[in-house]
Amino acid sequence: MTAPPAEAPEVLPPEAVDPLAGAPHDREAGFGGAVRDIVKGLIGPLLAILTALIVGALIIVFTDPDTLEAWGSFFSAPGTALSDSWDLIATSYRALFDSSLGSQRALARTLVQSTPLILVGLSVALAFKAGLFNIGGAGQLIVGAMAAAWVGFTFDLPQVVHLPLALVAGTIGGGLWGATIGFLKARTGAHEVITSIMLNFVALRLLDYALSTDTFRRPGRTDPISPEMPESVRLPVPIDSFRVHLGFVLALLVAWGCWWLLQRTTIGFRMRAVGANAHAARYAGMGVAATTVLSMGIAGGLAGLGGTTILLGSTPRLTGGFFASVGFDAIALALLGRASPIGVVGAGLLFGALQAGSTGMQAQTSTPIDIIFVIQALIILFVAAPAIVRTVWRVKETRLGAGQRFSAGWGAQ
Amino acid sequence: MRVELRGITKRFPGVIANEDVNLVVEPGQVHALLGENGAGKSTLMNVLFGLYRQTEGEVLLDGEPTSFSSPADAIDAGIGMVHQHFMLVPVFTVAENVMLGVEPTSAPGVLDREAARRRVLELSARHGLDVDPDAMVEDLPVGVQQRVEILKALYREADCLILDEPTAVLTPTEIDDMLGIIRRLADEGRSVIFISHKLREVRAIADTITILRRGRVVGTTTPDESDEQELASAMVGRDVQLVVDRSEASPADVVLRVSDLRVRDDRDQLAVADVSFDVRAGEIVAIAGVQGNGQSELVSAIVGLRRPTAGRVELDGIDVTYANTARMVELGVAHVPEDRQRDGLISSFPVSDNLVLNLTGRSPYSRGIRMDRRAIRENAERLVQDFDIRTSSIDAAVGTLSGGNQQKVIVGREMSHTERLLVLSQPTRGLDVGSIQYIHRRIVEARDQGLAVLLNSSELDEVLALADRVIVMYRGGVIGEVTGDEATRDSVGMLMAGART
Repeated sequence: MTAPPAEAPEVLPPEAVDPLAGAPHDREAGFGGAVRDIVKGLIGPLLAILTALIVGALIIVFTDPDTLEAWGSFFSAPGTALSDSWDLIATSYRALFDSSLGSQRALARTLVQSTPLILVGLSVALAFKAGLFNIGGAGQLIVGAMAAAWVGFTFDLPQVVHLPLALVAGTIGGGLWGATIGFLKARTGAHEVITSIMLNFVALRLLDYALSTDTFRRPGRTDPISPEMPESVRLPVPIDSFRVHLGFVLALLVAWGCWWLLQRTTIGFRMRAVGANAHAARYAGMGVAATTVLSMGIAGGLAGLGGTTILLGSTPRLTGGFFASVGFDAIALALLGRASPIGVVGAGLLFGALQAGSTGMQAQTSTPIDIIFVIQALIILFVAAPAIVRTVWRVKETRLGAGQRFSAGWGAQ
Repeated sequence: MRVELRGITKRFPGVIANEDVNLVVEPGQVHALLGENGAGKSTLMNVLFGLYRQTEGEVLLDGEPTSFSSPADAIDAGIGMVHQHFMLVPVFTVAENVMLGVEPTSAPGVLDREAARRRVLELSARHGLDVDPDAMVEDLPVGVQQRVEILKALYREADCLILDEPTAVLTPTEIDDMLGIIRRLADEGRSVIFISHKLREVRAIADTITILRRGRVVGTTTPDESDEQELASAMVGRDVQLVVDRSEASPADVVLRVSDLRVRDDRDQLAVADVSFDVRAGEIVAIAGVQGNGQSELVSAIVGLRRPTAGRVELDGIDVTYANTARMVELGVAHVPEDRQRDGLISSFPVSDNLVLNLTGRSPYSRGIRMDRRAIRENAERLVQDFDIRTSSIDAAVGTLSGGNQQKVIVGREMSHTERLLVLSQPTRGLDVGSIQYIHRRIVEARDQGLAVLLNSSELDEVLALADRVIVMYRGGVIGEVTGDEATRDSVGMLMAGART
């Protein structure tokens, strides 16, 4: 049947002009609207970062023995306490900035550091769009790196073949590990949070085991370490003076690919539909189980690729525990980036900078590296609890956006 | 208790929900508050019940100015409210639910269940509520659950009862019982405020009727002074036609044939037992019945959302018993689901995406895996116009639309792709008169264009207004079929209640 003819105007349903019918969302499709949306979306995270840096500064001051002593004599010499504190904060954050963005070398370190964070962050974000809370980034990146490492030290091939093969192997390895979670959920209803956490442990032990076998252990060594990756699988560094390997460019391309997949393809539409309302997705004839498996497979693949970029980039060997912490940082930064690919890139760069800068900060001042993890945690806390930031900065709720509920996967069905 | 609202204005940021509302409810009277969804009825009652604080105006109880800061204050003052959505604990007994929050104790901290039980029995007998205090609430039919809610208010010695859409979930027989109970409660000297948008009931029970429109009182009348047509027009603010014009149906070939279908529900109980019927092109067949008699399961089995355990479904002679929803859409079947927010829409997605929700896999909306955004937008712009969907833009999240407009998004989408069979479940539930009228017209138009229409509705008025043939379901089976003119409120109502003709 074709569309019936347009209706005469006298049948206007009254709720259309009813003031209580809910304020229509002002979401213009044009460029101006998009920019306004982005700016609105940025206010919350930016204020969260600012708040975290301020609270972090207080912690720096009050964990430094010398400065604390100055505060002890606050009433006799208030100026000293204040100026000591200010100096400490200034030098710490200065060092943090200098060693993350202050020079070409520092910037390169930041970009290299962000590469796996972005990729694994995309993994968490993409799964989240499909209604799945992927805590399993750690396990997926380990399994991915193991697969890539095996390809790396087993074959002897020219770089044009060997490098792509290792990247693909890492993606598939992580993808299968992730798809297992999706399969368990689709088949048995097992919650992905539980299974992904459990599979993290399995992956860690699997790595330990593999590194104790002759296949993975470096010949002549008794400690758990794999052979060095040969040059033919290493990610090339195109500019000699700017030591950033191609993995970073790959991460940006993949981020764009994720956006395209989610927003422009039927597969992405299905993933988002299943994530937003599985009942409606089923009604609309989408295979909810298949979409769940596929989403977790893609998410696992992204995490596996993230692990692979570490292995083929900055740290070309497997050791026990291999960068599992990236899998957990990724959850945090996906939250900070509101589970959007562009947001994840931004958050990944920020975390990369914080982590790259933290070593310099520790070397130049007495401020310990751990303060960075405290600041990261505070950022997440303030993003997750926008009410705190709203109260502190007196921002109206609407300007911070409705705030996406991140943990919707937990018991939401 | 005499309840008076004087000059109540309630503003929310940017919105005036109630403006200068005056209302007097005399003891012993049933005062009906009539208005469409969003007219401000619930806001007004929430002010009276202490959930909201009015911006201006005052509440007087027996002439005394009163102010409540919470529902607890209102309850203490003798006001009881029965909400549209029940606030009961399903795994508690009736007595436990009733005493919840005001538990009698035999010693400090020790519950006196027996006292509560006795009190419930006594109240139930005195007011003719007929409720077993030991029954588990989850086992009770909706109609009885509602009486438990009323018991709760009476247990707290309410002198003024607010009933928010109390008949929305009841069967025709239960509605009659409920109206009787309400009358009795009023005769005992209580004041009753009856909120509804159903004209017949309002006229049947009310002593005074106050009509709200867009937050203001637009008239106060009595049942004797005004008929349904006048009430409807006052409520909507323009002339409305309550019954759709439709010509005689001219049924053609059989499109849908259901034979001996058996379907089990989510709890694995037999919900549909050996149901058989046909729907022809160019006719509207309604499945009537009190909710929960297997209609939902029957419809979901037909459209491919549920696997039948036995029997056969044929569409144009093709066996589609085990076809999934995607296949049914391909074959030209459209389905307006019963629970529009759960099944029919993704509320965070824009209107444009919701208008192609089950069509993204086909041309012109996608090529390969690539969605054609332009085709999706063009489709949305066309349907928004054709179906008069009121939205700020096709990019607005569909959840920001009013209920009526959300339903039009679904109806528009489904009518845009149906070629053979249109299945509608509760298509106008919870909608206002204007939207109901509009959707009814569209359904009749669809029939006149040669579609087979299967309508599942528990609204008797809707069934009678639209159906060319009525199939009545009772306890999972078809208890009777009524055709055309023979379908009357009485004949269908009797069958719905299980009386064989």
